[in-house]
Amino acid sequence: SSAAMAALRGRALLGPLGTRLRAGPRAPLRSAASAPPLYDVVVSGGGMVGSAMAAVLGHDIHFHDKKIALLEAGPRKDYDHMPDSYSNRVSSISPGSATVLSSCGAWDHVCSLRLKPFRRMQVWDACSEAMIVFEKDDLDDMGYIVENDVIMSALTKQLDAVADRVEVFYRSKAVGYTWPLPSHSCDTSPWVQVELADGRRLQTKLLIGADGHNSVVRKEAEIKNIEHQYDQSAVVATLHLSEATDNNVAWQRFLPTGPIALLPLSDTASSLVWSTSHDHASELLTMNEESFVDSINSAFWSNINHSNFIDTTGAMFRSAISLLKPSGTAVRQLPPSVAKVDPESRAMFPLGMGHATEYVQHRVALIGDAAHRVHPLAGQGVNLGFGDIACLAHHLSTAAFSGSDLGSLKHLLKFETERQRHNVSLIAATDVLKRLYSTTLAPLVLLRTWGLQATNALPPVKVRI
Amino acid sequence: QLSLFRFTVKRPFSTSHSSVDSKEMKKFQLLAHKWWDEEGEYAALHSMNDIRVPFIRDTLLSMSSNYHLGNPLSGIKILDVGCGGGLLSEPLGRLGASVTGIDPVEDNIRTADRHKSFDPVLAKRIQYKSSSLEEIVEESMETFDVIVASEVVEHVADLETFIKCCSQVLKPEGSLFVTTINKTQLSYVLGIVVAEKIRGIVPEGTHEWEKFVPPEELERLLESNGFSVKTVKGMLYNPLSGSWSWMESTSLNYAVHAVKSGARPQSHATDTPPETDIQQRRATAGTAG
Repeated sequence: SSAAMAALRGRALLGPLGTRLRAGPRAPLRSAASAPPLYDVVVSGGGMVGSAMAAVLGHDIHFHDKKIALLEAGPRKDYDHMPDSYSNRVSSISPGSATVLSSCGAWDHVCSLRLKPFRRMQVWDACSEAMIVFEKDDLDDMGYIVENDVIMSALTKQLDAVADRVEVFYRSKAVGYTWPLPSHSCDTSPWVQVELADGRRLQTKLLIGADGHNSVVRKEAEIKNIEHQYDQSAVVATLHLSEATDNNVAWQRFLPTGPIALLPLSDTASSLVWSTSHDHASELLTMNEESFVDSINSAFWSNINHSNFIDTTGAMFRSAISLLKPSGTAVRQLPPSVAKVDPESRAMFPLGMGHATEYVQHRVALIGDAAHRVHPLAGQGVNLGFGDIACLAHHLSTAAFSGSDLGSLKHLLKFETERQRHNVSLIAATDVLKRLYSTTLAPLVLLRTWGLQATNALPPVKVRI
Repeated sequence: QLSLFRFTVKRPFSTSHSSVDSKEMKKFQLLAHKWWDEEGEYAALHSMNDIRVPFIRDTLLSMSSNYHLGNPLSGIKILDVGCGGGLLSEPLGRLGASVTGIDPVEDNIRTADRHKSFDPVLAKRIQYKSSSLEEIVEESMETFDVIVASEVVEHVADLETFIKCCSQVLKPEGSLFVTTINKTQLSYVLGIVVAEKIRGIVPEGTHEWEKFVPPEELERLLESNGFSVKTVKGMLYNPLSGSWSWMESTSLNYAVHAVKSGARPQSHATDTPPETDIQQRRATAGTAG
């Protein structure tokens, strides 16, 4: 909604700094001897984004003498032995994200474990023939499908490599934060106090919240979050194809109930991400494996949702385009058909959208899902988080090399402005697309059909996406 | 104009406050607790760090061959004269330097000490002392690798004494960094009228235009007291963005880097062929003065 957009659009640069300096509970002053250990940066949340943030900072030359802590509520996992079967949680990694992982040396590990590059993305509508194809002109990889466990394994290795700078606290859930008063009141500790579940305390000059869409950091910092639960859940599974193929295309079809996507894992296997109503998702999980496979194939191949009206007008529009721009209609490839599903690989999780009105406060920064949560239809979720990391690490590195106080709002606001500018339009567009495609009403189907076909014909628009 | 509060005794090596102007001291006393409010009276000084710290850092790095980018000023002893609340001492300390900050206003030193005390690394690297420059000369002869006098020389009573003292506490071939304000019509209009009276960028009464120092005069005093001026750069403050940038013209604010001459005279390479020797002399003639 436009009101929400206006609220998200970043506040005036003059003025609101005062409101970012929280007057929270005072941190008691302790003598230097009994004070909790002081870190330069504490990252709360050891998922892909939190771990990558800690690893990137740990590998930054200007952080060579700094102390970083990473807090992870769960136990340390053994990633040394990757099972032969694929995990059902995978991510589409953009080339930009691969660069971020390279910067901390993790990408090499990912490549030596396993990943699947894809060259092409075909997106089409179940209600019409409209289709859009994404592919890079130079036949480079568009992106990579990587299991989340593979990324975590690579990051864990790279964190171990800088253990002298980065201390990882496993089984350490942060339960409370105490915020400092604005810096000109000199009587109390100027640092953020972190209290762990087992009673241990840490202090830090900068707290980075990477603790997911239910971020405790965000809540405790009283940062308003605009959020919305979709009436959808995503079903994931690992699928085996009927026959081996080049499998370097990512497929997504918009059904009235939600988009279904097939992401390549290997020449014979693909990962399923099917966003649909909660009821349908539960059905999919409980039905037997054969029915499940049939549902998937039907979703990709059936034309049951076409109407003559839409098909005719769609065809007319396509002819019009090909008169004006002969190259504007791409060749339609056929998605692979599925033979089997990996037992035990079916799972579901609810979907929602969220955006924090502020990404930063004095001594606090939010990254990843803590700052923004998006529908998987755009395949962007974790890439936004890696983009946050690249931007924040850049500003922190410059600040460290200038001897600045790492928690200073000055450079944190630069991070916020850059990332909000990038993220807001993408999140809003994803939300709009999700709603636009959740209907069979003819006018809206026509609109998106023509929109999709027009978009396919216009290179500049496609490149931006 | 003569004021009852001004000391202007011109004894270079006395232990009295001969380069400290006590009227100036009173001005800063009142604002001692405001140093660390980044959005307060000293906001412009906070944002000046964005250009003066990289300037100092990069100049020192370019003169050194042995440094680590994670701790670029490690091993360097710096004297921050007129350190105030420690706004410049702290970033220099974070970059690895051992910093001694001196300021005649005790409240400033108290503020600076308290602010650094929360960070164990800074608490060790920085030492503050309530003192004038003259008072530490005797115990600190040729002690420091670098002296930083930022936004200070426009407040001292006797600039030549000040420079002589800098030379005494600086090691041979040590660096002196100065940032200050030029004495021009423009600096009167913008630096006093606008900055103080209209926009409140600087607290009113902070500066006296009479005491602003033109770069030519600063250079002359430096060169005649054993320094070689290496760099003079203009600085510009943008009140809308609250940020500083470098500029060609020195008609407002400017920064100077000077090096104290070494113990031995500079030796030229003895095996340079005649043609290049002439070119060398032409090149050095162009940069002198």
